[in-house]
Amino acid sequence: MELILDEKNGIVTITVEEERLDAHNSGELKTRMTSLFEDEKSNIIVNLKAVRFVDSSGLGALVSGFKNASARNGNLKLCGLQPQVKSMFELTRLHRVFEIFTDSEEAFSSF
Amino acid sequence: MRERIDIDIKVPNQTRYLSLIGKIGEDVARTIKRFDGDREKLAYNVNVVLTEAMANAILHANRDTLDPEVHVRISVLNRVLTIEVFDQGQGFDIDALPAHNPDSCHESGRGIYIMRSLMDRISYKKSKNGYVLVMVKSLSS
Repeated sequence: MELILDEKNGIVTITVEEERLDAHNSGELKTRMTSLFEDEKSNIIVNLKAVRFVDSSGLGALVSGFKNASARNGNLKLCGLQPQVKSMFELTRLHRVFEIFTDSEEAFSSF
Repeated sequence: MRERIDIDIKVPNQTRYLSLIGKIGEDVARTIKRFDGDREKLAYNVNVVLTEAMANAILHANRDTLDPEVHVRISVLNRVLTIEVFDQGQGFDIDALPAHNPDSCHESGRGIYIMRSLMDRISYKKSKNGYVLVMVKSLSS
C-alpha cells in the first residue's frame, strides 16, 4: 500500500495513494497509524483524495485511528473525500464522527 | 429481447482478488440494458456489496478450510440483479446477528449493515459445499 507521510508542527498527514481502501490493504494503514501513536504522534490528517472506493474494513481502520488518537488527547481528521467515498461515510453515519475537510490545508488549519 | 446475464467466477481465497471481482460487478452494472436509475451509483454499490461479501467469505467463513476458494455468481434476469457469494465454511445465522447501531463507533460490524442497506434483500443459507450469501436488487424503477 502506498502511503505518503508528511509531518509539520507535530501534525502528521497520511496521504493514501491508492484507489481502494478495503479489506486487502486497510490493515497496513492501521499498522502505520499504530506506529505513529507509539511515537506519541496523535494529531493526524488522513488525506483520501486518491481513494475512489472504501469498504467497511477501510472505514474500520479509520475508526480505529480516530479512537486511538482521541484516547491520547489527539485527533484524526479526514480530507479529500470523493463523492462516492463520502456517501459511504453518510450511509454508516461516520460523517458525524469524523471532522471532514475539503483539503489538507483546511484540515491542518483546524488543529 | 429479454436480457439474461450469467457470470460465474472462482478465485483463490485471497483479498487481492476483491478489486478484480468488484470491477467486474461494476462493469455488469454499467452494461445492463434499460436501467433508468443512477447507473454509476448502482455500479459503485455492486462493487461495495461484492467486496463486503467476498471479504466475509475470505477472512471469516473460509478461514479454517483446506485449500479454499471463493465462488461468485452475478446474474441479471427479468430486471432483477442477483449476486451470490459461495463459501466453504460452517455458516452462521445471519438473522441472529445483533442489529448494527449506525451511531456506534465500533471498528467492525458494518459489513452486513452496508449490504442490507444497498440491496433489497439478503439471505445466507446452506449450499452444496458450504454456505451462500444471496443478495437481490430490483432494477425496475
